[in-house]
Amino acid sequence: MNTQKLLGVAGFLFAVFVLVPWGIAASGRWDFYYTLTSVALLSIGAAGVWLTFYIGRINIGQGAYALMGGYVSAVLIMKAGISFWATLPLAGLFCAVISVLIGLPILRLRGVYFAMVTLVLTEVTRLTALALSVTNGAKGITSIPLPGELSLFGLTIVPDFATMQNPKLAFYLLAATLMVLSYAALWRIVNSRLGHLCRSLQQNEELASSIGVNTAYLRVLAYAISSFFGGIAGAVFVAISQSIYPSSFVVTDSVNFMLYCFLGGLGYVFGPMLGTLLLYFGWDLLSIAKQYQLLIYSSAMIALMLAVPNGVLSLLDRKGGRK
Amino acid sequence: MEQILANGLYLGAQYALIALGLTLIFSLMNVLNFAHGQMYVLGGFVTYTFVAQFGLPFIVGLLASAVVLAVVGALIEKFLFRPVIRKSKREESTMLLAAGIAFFLDAVILLVFGEKQRGVPKIVNGVFNWDFRLIMPYDRILIGVLAIAAIVGFILYMQYSRTGRAMRALAQDRVAAQLMGVDVDRYSMIGFALGAMLAGVVGGLLVTITGINLGMGGPTSIKAFMMIMIGGAGVISGAIAGGFILGMMESIGLSVLAVYGDITYLVIFATLMIFLAFRPQGLMGKPWG
Repeated sequence: MNTQKLLGVAGFLFAVFVLVPWGIAASGRWDFYYTLTSVALLSIGAAGVWLTFYIGRINIGQGAYALMGGYVSAVLIMKAGISFWATLPLAGLFCAVISVLIGLPILRLRGVYFAMVTLVLTEVTRLTALALSVTNGAKGITSIPLPGELSLFGLTIVPDFATMQNPKLAFYLLAATLMVLSYAALWRIVNSRLGHLCRSLQQNEELASSIGVNTAYLRVLAYAISSFFGGIAGAVFVAISQSIYPSSFVVTDSVNFMLYCFLGGLGYVFGPMLGTLLLYFGWDLLSIAKQYQLLIYSSAMIALMLAVPNGVLSLLDRKGGRK
Repeated sequence: MEQILANGLYLGAQYALIALGLTLIFSLMNVLNFAHGQMYVLGGFVTYTFVAQFGLPFIVGLLASAVVLAVVGALIEKFLFRPVIRKSKREESTMLLAAGIAFFLDAVILLVFGEKQRGVPKIVNGVFNWDFRLIMPYDRILIGVLAIAAIVGFILYMQYSRTGRAMRALAQDRVAAQLMGVDVDRYSMIGFALGAMLAGVVGGLLVTITGINLGMGGPTSIKAFMMIMIGGAGVISGAIAGGFILGMMESIGLSVLAVYGDITYLVIFATLMIFLAFRPQGLMGKPWG
């Protein structure tokens, strides 16, 4: 079992870091880099949403944190002149701190109430970005420089993006690395004591608290980790597009993050990744259908929901049961 | 001041009608209907087609959009929500379905009606003017009165008809209602159809004033969510209260806060957040919905 898992991980890493760049170079479809980079980044955000699902909350507010993270990174780069690499963790931390402040009151809500309040939060963030002066209102922040060199003790780890021949590949590798790290972290969290406690929250919060689980602390912690992921995803997105506007992440994006989780399967750590790949990549491929794109996309989504209401990965379950 | 109040009442009546449909669906099936705004848009377009394209009287168009949306709602419940609710492990899965339906309706509306802003000619001409303290076009008054009449009709229907009683029983306790011999499947379908119909009626009413376009669906859903959060999800009185409160806040905000720029909704959102921190279940909701 353990070697099987290791092989699976190795195969996945090989596919992400070797097969995909090779396949793209062979086919000449350079535009896929942008799509796959987006998939990797969105799946980081979706990982966060999944974690809030794991404590039994429906989070439709990840777009808010992606937007916040993006703005923090953009403002720090443009106004304070900090390197992109330093703003990346700062964006995540900023989101985590804000999410603790917001989470303390709203995490008392449950079910659809929490879902609706987080949905509203996305809209609030957009309106705040419009109203503040540091975010430059509707004009947004544009012409943000590409990420510079990342070096540690004089050793260059990542060269300056502006001097690279192929920044698309570099961005893809960056996003993929971050994705792998996030999911490794997520997997570690789920399979730790913290994960077990989170599962107890998902099943029955009153019961969990009655046997001494600090539910208030746990749910805020999970929400903060979730928002950290959202902030990081947003910050990298800004680095790629070199601009950010209040409408960069809107309610639709928040809803999409949730849909990725649902489609992949809520019971599986790697569900959100698969869901993001299917939905986002599928949407991109469907652009050949022109005006019927949305129709086909939504029909496929509804059909998938009817066929596998517990997520695509639940197909694995059934196979396991038959053995 | 009278002007602000009148505007608030007029807006509130529309909003309450939208929120009623959403809350009805939620209370019966525990489904948060993301597609509610799209249903509203669809209703507006149906009325537009009947009135502006076919040249039929407005009331026919309104009835047509009510019927079309009721049929659409019934079909969606029977063929989409029912099987998914039966098969899925977590009831939140219906959210994905609802969002999928919202996208689907968006696509259908785009293909059938196009993306242009549409409107119908004024149904009544003239402006009511009370000493320049209260100015209101007659068609707005008519629409407001129609909306209030629809709300009253809905409440009476829920209160005194056999179907309404069955639906209220269902909302209170699904299992108990089933044990008492209520046909759960049938009344869920009727309830969903009724909810969708209300959205269609509002769309039909508002197309005469503001017109309708494809992009109005999503924001309408969000506003409807806010209303049922204010009033409490799944409670009819709460939906009405939420609708009127939001209408009033919007009307007051737009005139009082206008000097600070476009921040009315920011203030409303922030207030809502604080309100929910103290009263998570809304004004009249049951704790934990």
